[in-house]
Amino acid sequence: MIKTTAVIVGAGHAGLAMSRRLTERSIDHVVLERGEVANSWRTQRWPSLRLLTPNWQTRLPGHDYAGDDPDGFMPAADVAATLTGYARLVGAPVRTATTVHTVRAAPQGFEIHANDDVLRARAVVLATGACNLPAIPGVADAVPPSIMTLTPLAYRDPGQLPDGGALVVGASATGVQLAGEIHRSGRPVTLAVGEHVRLPRTYRGRDIFWWLEATGLLAERYDQIDDLTRARHLPSPQLTGTPQATMTDLNTLAARGVRIVGRLGRITDGVAQFSGSLANTCALADLKMNRFLNRADEWAAASGLHGELPPPHRFAPTRVDPRSPLELDLRSGEITTVLWATGFRPDHSWLDIPVRDRTGHIRHDGGVVTRAPGLYLLGMPVLRTRASTYIHGAAADSEALAGHLRSFLSSRRRWIPQARPSSLITG
Amino acid sequence: MTITDSPVDNGVNVQALLGAREALSAAPQAAQFTWRASCTWRNGTHSHSTVAGFSGLGAEQRHRTEYEFDVDHPECFASEDKGATPTEIVLVGLVGCLTAGVAAVAQYRGIQLRSVTATIEGQMNVLGILGADPDIRNGFEAITVRFAIDADASRDDLQALIAQSQKRSAVFDIVTNPTKVLVELA
Repeated sequence: MIKTTAVIVGAGHAGLAMSRRLTERSIDHVVLERGEVANSWRTQRWPSLRLLTPNWQTRLPGHDYAGDDPDGFMPAADVAATLTGYARLVGAPVRTATTVHTVRAAPQGFEIHANDDVLRARAVVLATGACNLPAIPGVADAVPPSIMTLTPLAYRDPGQLPDGGALVVGASATGVQLAGEIHRSGRPVTLAVGEHVRLPRTYRGRDIFWWLEATGLLAERYDQIDDLTRARHLPSPQLTGTPQATMTDLNTLAARGVRIVGRLGRITDGVAQFSGSLANTCALADLKMNRFLNRADEWAAASGLHGELPPPHRFAPTRVDPRSPLELDLRSGEITTVLWATGFRPDHSWLDIPVRDRTGHIRHDGGVVTRAPGLYLLGMPVLRTRASTYIHGAAADSEALAGHLRSFLSSRRRWIPQARPSSLITG
Repeated sequence: MTITDSPVDNGVNVQALLGAREALSAAPQAAQFTWRASCTWRNGTHSHSTVAGFSGLGAEQRHRTEYEFDVDHPECFASEDKGATPTEIVLVGLVGCLTAGVAAVAQYRGIQLRSVTATIEGQMNVLGILGADPDIRNGFEAITVRFAIDADASRDDLQALIAQSQKRSAVFDIVTNPTKVLVELA
């Protein structure tokens, strides 16, 4: 039995940021990591993937980007290297190759089973990330067995796919990036598009993430967002972290020959059926993009930057081909691969504490799991602000949660000796 | 958002809808509705349908009154034309659903509507239903809806209104996405 004050599960950006915050507060802790630091970035990301956020924005507590390419975008391998350097910098007490099997409630805290050890801690921070498992729709069961299916977690490069056409399902950042890469390899791509977020890489000479930060959008708090469930489940924007800063929207892909179809609805007898709502799905994304660009222009005018920046402009509406097919026969041989770019979900299957809602998500209030005092969640989309979705969001989130955690520890210290029947009656 | 203080009145009780969303999210079994219709064949292609009861909110519910629908085909199909065609009733369902959505979304967004009219058209090649050409589907090739909206709002806001109405429409979803249909003998 190992006793510590706090256990952080996961040594990615969120877990390491939290480790730094706890060290700042002299709170004794360990970070448990199933693999190496930044494990997902080493083992579950395709090599051509780059961060959607520019290098200057990749800030962690006590660490700003200091390289020579602030406007560039880090490839997955550089993210892993950056996080490894950060773990050293903050002296994070990481136990690598340590798989957590169970976290459960115990007297005065939690019991953590990891490898063959049992740990006791008064607080636990879940920082294993939001993208552990692919979210694959039920319709996947109906794909003919002759077709290769894979998820972005297993995808490395087009060379692992058979020759022939690929159906990429989902038009988030992942979907549009992989559709583009696979199409360039000579495998004709059909991209099934549901609800998506269209944004330009740059606007008026600045990166879109500069705008998202400057206008205050990323700082919007979780408890001020009208439809939080929707905000937390929004697909990632159709962006690519390219130094060339090109747009990777549906118009760009269509111009390169990618066939755009509606959301995959059903597969019946090997025939895939796509939604007829594609035009509206694209109209919604265009309207949403333009609402943000309006907000950007208003902010630029109000902050006196209007004259310094290139003039405002709008992007061409998404063109929807009226001949876009509603059906595709997956038995014809035309399609040899189906790639599920349909999102990811966290894996908290090892958490043996009843804190989930009916859809299986952990209930929390900005990362504070209120039903299990001492339990915290970090590194999830829109956890505390819209920035929480991105690496730099962990800086403010870890600060807030570490503060809460410290108050929790000191309140417990005061509370336990006072918890006598007499004080309960007067209380 | 202070919906209750809003002078905008499109006759939609948004507060009740928002309340229902919250209440039903907490009690998901009450959110399960079953909609029903009963149909009796009269003669030829003429049938008579009624709707009255449905279930939802964990109980059996009833409309204020029973609604009746005569369905038939026009004389050029050698029918007696005692009612709208089933395909026209689908169009009525779609445009009615979208129009309700326009009013509800406008209310929520504080847009006062003065008038909303819509025309809906569905193109169909009847060689499909006549079984004359296996490559032609039975159903609509495409459907076009055109809204004319008079309201205190920009064109962008009205575009967003009809886009959101489609996004939240049951019939739009029914028409644009596959649905499992089971037809069996009683």
